[in-house]
Amino acid sequence: MKTAAAAAAFAVLAESAFAAGGSGYVEDYDFSFEGPFGKYDQQQLQRGLLVYQEVCAACHGLRYVPIRTLGDAGGPGLGSGAIKAFAANFDVYDEELEDFRAATPVDNFPVNDSVGAPDLSLMTKARAGFSGPEGTGLTQLFRGVGGSEYMASLLTHYTGEEKEEAGTTLYGNETYSGGWISMAPPLEDGLVEYPDGSDNSVEAMAIDVAAFLTWAAEPKMTARKQMGFVSVLLLVVLSVLLYLTNKRLWAPLKPRHGE
Amino acid sequence: MAGIPHEKYSAKSRPEKWLHERLPVVSLIYDTLMIPTPKNLNWWWIWGIVLTFCLALQIVTGIVLAMHYTPHADMAFASVEHIMRNVNGGWALRYLHSNGASLFFLAAYIHMFRSLYYGSYKAPREVTWIIGMLIYATMMATAFMGYVLPWGQMSFWGATVITGLFGAIPGIGEALQTWLLGGPAVENQTLNRFFSLHYLLPFVIAGLVVVHIWAFHSTGNNNPTGVEVRRGSKEEAKRDTVPFWPYFVIKDLFALSVILTVFFAIVGFMPNFLGHPDNYIEANPLATPEHIVPEWYFLPFYAILRAFTSDVWIVQFVSFITGGIIDAKFFGVMAMFGSLLVMALVPWLDTSMVRSGRYRPMFKWWFWLLILDFIVLTWAGGRPAEGIYAIISLAGSAYWFLYFLVILPVLGVLEKPLPRPATIEEDCEPREPPSAELESQL
Repeated sequence: MKTAAAAAAFAVLAESAFAAGGSGYVEDYDFSFEGPFGKYDQQQLQRGLLVYQEVCAACHGLRYVPIRTLGDAGGPGLGSGAIKAFAANFDVYDEELEDFRAATPVDNFPVNDSVGAPDLSLMTKARAGFSGPEGTGLTQLFRGVGGSEYMASLLTHYTGEEKEEAGTTLYGNETYSGGWISMAPPLEDGLVEYPDGSDNSVEAMAIDVAAFLTWAAEPKMTARKQMGFVSVLLLVVLSVLLYLTNKRLWAPLKPRHGE
Repeated sequence: MAGIPHEKYSAKSRPEKWLHERLPVVSLIYDTLMIPTPKNLNWWWIWGIVLTFCLALQIVTGIVLAMHYTPHADMAFASVEHIMRNVNGGWALRYLHSNGASLFFLAAYIHMFRSLYYGSYKAPREVTWIIGMLIYATMMATAFMGYVLPWGQMSFWGATVITGLFGAIPGIGEALQTWLLGGPAVENQTLNRFFSLHYLLPFVIAGLVVVHIWAFHSTGNNNPTGVEVRRGSKEEAKRDTVPFWPYFVIKDLFALSVILTVFFAIVGFMPNFLGHPDNYIEANPLATPEHIVPEWYFLPFYAILRAFTSDVWIVQFVSFITGGIIDAKFFGVMAMFGSLLVMALVPWLDTSMVRSGRYRPMFKWWFWLLILDFIVLTWAGGRPAEGIYAIISLAGSAYWFLYFLVILPVLGVLEKPLPRPATIEEDCEPREPPSAELESQL
C-alpha cells in the first residue's frame, strides 16, 4: 500500500517535471551580484567582456546595449579611451550616411543575426534557472530568478553527444530545454587568454561571461539596489513615526484593560 | 451628504464665505475628510487607501513612461529597453509601474474578500459593491492591455489567447475578434489601440472611484460587527464613530507606509520576481512559448477558463443540448466571465440577514475554504492544463460557483447566527467582564 502510494506520488512528480518542460539542470553558481547588497565585480565583467568579444560575438549581438555604458559606474568601468578604441572595432549602418561607418561610443553594440543566433542583450533576464517548488517560484525568493546561473550552466553542461536532425547538428546539453541545442560547445579550456592571468577553464570563462551578460541585461542594478535600500530605510523610519503617532492619537479611545 | 448626522462645514473667514457662496469646494473637502467613521474598523479596512495610492502611482509613472515609449510593433520592445537604459530613472519608473500593477491587484483582492467576509456588499451597500466590481473589471482590462505594450513574447501570445476568448462566441465571435484586434491577428494596429485604451481607462477608473467613495459615504462605512451606526442624533452617532481625519488618515497612512516598505524592497531587490522571463524576448508571431501564462493576478480566472475541457460531463451535456453551439472553448469563456458575474451578484445571492461573518459560525468555514480555493486556483492557473492540475482546476472552479450559487443562498436559511452587539460602542468595550477584585474597588 505504502509503495503503491509512493509510486503514485512519484508518477505525479515525474509527470509534472515532464509537463513543466522548461529548462533542465541548472547549477546554482555563486555570483558577486546576488542578494540585496551584491554588486558586479568589475574585473569579472571585463573578463566576461573579453570572452563575449572573442567568442560569443562571432554569432551573437548585443543590440540594446550602448557601447558608452561600458564606462558606467557599477559596470565594467572601462576608461573613455578604451571605450573609443573598443567601439572602433565595429562597423554600424548609419541611416543618414546610408552606409556603414566605424562605431562610436554612442552607438549600440552591433546587431548580429548572421547565423540566426539570438541576441544576448536580455538573455539572462529572459531565462529562469529556478521555478520550484511545483511552479510556485518561491525558491526564487532565496536563490534569485536564476538567469545568470542558467547561462553559466548552459555553457558548462554539454554532454559531448551529437546528433543530426533535418540537416543540422544538435549537441547534447543538460541545461537546454529539450536536451539538444544547435550551438556547438563554444568554450574550451584556455580558449581566451586573460591579461591578468586569471583561471581560464571552461567553467571560469562561463561564469565570467554569464556575469558580463547579466550586467548587459540589467546595467542599472547597483543604482536600483541603492534606491531599494534607501527607500526601505526611510519607509521604516516613517512607519515607526506613524506607528507612534497613531498609537498616541487613538490612546484616549482605547479602553484600557481593567478600567 | 445624507446619512450619519455630524457637524457640517461652516465658512468662518470672509474669503471663505465669499468662495463658499460661489463654489462650496472647501465644504466638500471638509465634509469628506471629517466624515463620521465607525471607530471599530480593524486593519482589514486599510486597503482602500492602498488602492487609491496605487491608482495615483500608476497614473503618474504611466504618464512619464508614455513620454518615452513608442507604440509601434517594430519599436515598442526597443523603446522599453531605451527607457531601462537611457532615460534618467527610467528603470525605476518601469519597475514601479509593473510591480505597482501587482500591488494594485493584491490590494483589490484583499479589499474584495474583506467585503465578502464582513458582508459589506449587503443592503444598503449594493451599489458600492457593483461600482467596485466595475472598477475591478476595468482594472483587468487596463492591466491586460498594459501587459501587451512591452511587446514581449508573453505580451503577444497573451493578447492572442485572451482576444481569442471573444472569438469563441458562437456566430459573431470571429467578426468580434477581428474588430477588437483591428485585423485578422495581433499586429501593430492592435498595439496602437491597446496603448490608446491603456491610457484612457485609468481615468475611467478614477471616475468610478469617486462614485465608489460617494456611494459608501452616503450609506456610511460597514464595520466588523456589521451593526449600523446609530443615527438618532449627533451625540448618539458620536459614540459609535470618530471623524476620518485625523483618526483613520493616520492609521491608514501607517499601514500604507508598512506595505510600501515591502513594495520598495521588491522593486529594489527583486523587480522581476513577479514577471515572466519570456517577456524579455521580443514578440515573435512564428514562435509560440512553451506555456502561455498571464500575470499572477489573472491566474485564478485563467484556471477556471481552462478547467472546462471537452471531457467534462457538464460540458458534454451542455454541448449536446445546444446542438454543439456551446463547445468546450465557449463553455470555458462563459465559466470565466460567469465566475466574475456570480461574484458581482453576491448582494442578491446571500440570503442571510446577518452582515458580518464574525457572527456566522457556519459561513466562516465556507468563506475560508473560498480563500483557499482562490489560492489553489492561482497556483493551478500557472501550471500546465494537464493531469492532476486539470482535476484541481476543475474542482476549484466547481467550488467557486458552489459557494456563490448554492452555499450562500442556503446558509442564510440553515444557519443560526451568534448574538451580535447592539451598538458599535458596545463592541469597543472590553470583552472580559471586570474581575471581582476590580469591581469591589469600584
